Amino acid sequence: MKILVCISHVPDTTSKINFTDGDSKFDTNGVQFVINPNDEFGLTRAMWFKEKQGASVDIINVGGPETEPTLRKALAIGADTAIRINTVPTDGFQVAKELAKVAGEGNYDLIICGRESIDYNGGMVPGILAGLLKANFVNTCIGLEIEGDKATAIREIDGGKETLTASLPLVIGGQKGIVEESDLKIPNMRGIMQARKKPLNVVEPSGAEAATKAVKFEKPAPKGEVKLVDPENLDQLIDLLHNEAKVI
Amino acid sequence: MSVLVYTESEDGKFKKGALEAASYAKGIAEAMSTSLTAIAFNAEDTSELGKYGVDKVLSVSSDKLKNFNAEAYADAIKQAAEKESSKVVVLDQSANGKYSAPLVAVELEAGYASNVVALPESTSPFQVKRTAFTNKAFNFTEISTDVKVVGLSKNAFGLKESEGAAASESFEPQLSAEDFTVNVESVDKAKDKVTIADAEVVVSGGRGLKGPENWGMIEEMADILGAATACSKPVSDMGWRPHSEHVGQTGKPVASNLYIAVGISGAIQHLAGINAAKTKVVINNDPEAPFFKAADYGVVGDAFEIVPKLNEKLKEFKAKNA
Repeated sequence: MKILVCISHVPDTTSKINFTDGDSKFDTNGVQFVINPNDEFGLTRAMWFKEKQGASVDIINVGGPETEPTLRKALAIGADTAIRINTVPTDGFQVAKELAKVAGEGNYDLIICGRESIDYNGGMVPGILAGLLKANFVNTCIGLEIEGDKATAIREIDGGKETLTASLPLVIGGQKGIVEESDLKIPNMRGIMQARKKPLNVVEPSGAEAATKAVKFEKPAPKGEVKLVDPENLDQLIDLLHNEAKVI
Repeated sequence: MSVLVYTESEDGKFKKGALEAASYAKGIAEAMSTSLTAIAFNAEDTSELGKYGVDKVLSVSSDKLKNFNAEAYADAIKQAAEKESSKVVVLDQSANGKYSAPLVAVELEAGYASNVVALPESTSPFQVKRTAFTNKAFNFTEISTDVKVVGLSKNAFGLKESEGAAASESFEPQLSAEDFTVNVESVDKAKDKVTIADAEVVVSGGRGLKGPENWGMIEEMADILGAATACSKPVSDMGWRPHSEHVGQTGKPVASNLYIAVGISGAIQHLAGINAAKTKVVINNDPEAPFFKAADYGVVGDAFEIVPKLNEKLKEFKAKNA
């Protein structure tokens, strides 16, 4: 089984979010970048398929050279080969088209993406990629088993979950649940040393065009001070929720 | 040229998100001086959509589409969009909406903007405001393709009633075997529980509750308020509550009218996930908990004393205001 894991290079969850160039660009100054958490759950599941079912695991990112440390980290976790498509994309459609070209040529059985990146939250790359490849697609995947060319996937739905079956090739939009938080692997020294020697292939982009562009960014208006209610006077809280906020 | 909206239903009834999506799509249709068409699957009574601005309903009735199927639904939506020559397709951001929207975008070669929170700033060029960085910022996105797909965030626009009636028309999309290659084997869904996605009120507990045995008072409050229950990440990681209750950056997003957090300190990842809730209440014994900076109302004190008292008062309030 050939697995491709799509890795998004995103600001660490605790990063301060600021913008530059007249609020048109994300300010990367002082920001630590990590593997997108939704992708990391999927990568860990891919490692399980590698160990238990002898799968090969390639990882891929569409981005500039600055994303390479993130790819090296994914290699240190255990992926075999990294691919970087050398362009700085402006939207998810462009990312998916670039991925589709390389993924299609690579004849992968299973392509694992995260359900969304935690920066732009587009939530579109896995679905568009599947659509372009005419592969089966399961979004918000919280469980995945593969046997031969058959996949059984659990999808989170509003208020529950459902079990789906599909044949390979399959694209998934994964999230926490596909593995547990406690299953996530922190790269060890040996992994880090090996990762340095693993292939990281830089591929030139096909020149896919974006369908959307971010015009500008804005931060939410600063929040007013919290209104504190005395624990001995909870009637006041009910009054505020009923008459002021009008939510009960 | 009409705007097309996908209106999700469950057991034949429209979901609130569908009515909100229709209300919103009507706003776009008005801005573009055109009409609004809805596509509905196996809905019992489509006339309800007229109240939310829909002029025409393409009503699909098919046993094969009884279970949601992203590929088949996307194909049907594409055919509806082509039939109506729609330039804008609106979906709400339910699990199913998020699942099929990118597939619709591919089918229509359309740019897609998700998590949109307001009517377009302008329709030519087509610019919408959406959330990004997990609610830590907004992003104005311009969709440059001929056809546009817009995903409307939950509870971002609200319901807007308008005059008029929706004409219903039976619609039979041409679906092929290729649309049915991902199959539902089983669905596991609590029948009479409010879901976090649909709830007006969410009551959430954190590590401050000390153990799963103390969730009785959280469930009681949820019962009184008709709310969904939720929890913080450490609570689900420790197995005190199921993962399906985890709200936050890597869990479920919350966009309810009211979010009540009990014993949750308010880590940045948690706040990111619940920021879209309109009113936030925090109950915590640590006045320095970061949640107090993000909340509208707060009570500093012992949750084990406050919550049972508050529950009694909420019961009285509900009895009086029923």
